[in-house]
Amino acid sequence: MQIPQPRGPLTEALFSALRSVSDDFYSVLAVGSSDGEDAALALWVLYELHYLGFDDVPDALEWDPQLLRLRSVLERDLELRLRERFTAPQGLSVVDDLLDWVDEQDGASVAGHVHRYADREQVIELLRVRSIYHLKESDPVAWVVPRLGVAAKAALMELQFDEYGNGDPNRLHHHLYARGMEASGLEASYGAHIDEAPLEVLEQNNAMSLFGLHRRLRGAALGHLAAFEATSSLPSRRMAQGLERLGFPAEMVEYYTEHLEADAVHEQLAVRTICGGLLADEPELAEDVWFGAFTCLDLEDRFAQAMLERWGLGEERQEEVA
Amino acid sequence: MNTPPDGASTRFDHPDMVLCPGGPMLLRGKHTIMDADGVEHETTRPVTAVCRCDKSASFPWCDGTHKVLPDRLRPA
Ligand code: FES
Ligand SMILES: [Fe+2]
Ligand SMILES: [Fe+2]
Repeated sequence: MQIPQPRGPLTEALFSALRSVSDDFYSVLAVGSSDGEDAALALWVLYELHYLGFDDVPDALEWDPQLLRLRSVLERDLELRLRERFTAPQGLSVVDDLLDWVDEQDGASVAGHVHRYADREQVIELLRVRSIYHLKESDPVAWVVPRLGVAAKAALMELQFDEYGNGDPNRLHHHLYARGMEASGLEASYGAHIDEAPLEVLEQNNAMSLFGLHRRLRGAALGHLAAFEATSSLPSRRMAQGLERLGFPAEMVEYYTEHLEADAVHEQLAVRTICGGLLADEPELAEDVWFGAFTCLDLEDRFAQAMLERWGLGEERQEEVA
Repeated sequence: MNTPPDGASTRFDHPDMVLCPGGPMLLRGKHTIMDADGVEHETTRPVTAVCRCDKSASFPWCDGTHKVLPDRLRPA
């Protein structure tokens, strides 16, 4: 992947510095903080240095102290904004109540729109911007594995093994998505559509990397996973039916039919054995688990609202498809 | 530092079947399930969720439909 197009003063300075041979980033640090898409994209690019990196950036910059410093400034700001939106539910147990709690939150849903109303162009736009996550599905939470006790670690790997195809590369979930995109005539390489990704997609992605890369946020990472899995089966059914309605190829539909079954299992595992295992060892992390779960739903709601607005759907229609 | 309290002698629960309150039965390992019409279905993943509410559109596998049922129709 190549470095994306800049979206403001910070990404202008950062991207040209990343591409130059020098490893002096003081000029970038001097730009100071930025906000909105500019800050989100800068953080996204800094995180990507830990995943697959960029063809036009030296690999050694992954651990450059000045870049790590910039990353931590942007991360602090993101975490603060995410925490400001969160209030911990009172008197609920993660293992017994999280699934019902998730069902009670009714955020906006793109799947409901795709199911019955969306046209082909809208779905293509959705598949492209979703690819920022789906083409690295499960990778952010893989960082958490070495930070867990025995029970939670085994439990997370039981789920991840399924996400990664149970040893069969043809069944690996992000590869299923790539195959679906390719069959639909869309560019399927990692990060290919980053220049189109709206703020909400960048923030969803950044939140997952933030939770995954910081050991202190392992509770939030697993809470996020639980909420993500718990909001997948039913929407996946609607996505699959919408894609069939619009005549998308079987490979694209299959990504969603795989998820409607897989995630009916994964949501149970994520809550019972993964979060349950974590909290048996470290009960003090319960609030962080809720924080991660809330953040997952909150960011998805903001994403869905942004897309529905972009497609010209007013609030009434948004409720109808929720 | 975070030191998870797992003693080397700890034995963990890891049942082959788990009944999830209000939801499916989790089944670990490879199994063949015969449905009411005598049709056999093979499990394909390490853990499978078998529908207990009878309303799944992917029967015999759970597809999350139990979540939209009224409480009295959800499995105990
Ligand atoms: S138990 Fe989940 S759909 Fe029946
Ligand atoms: Fe998946
Ligand atoms: Fe999953």
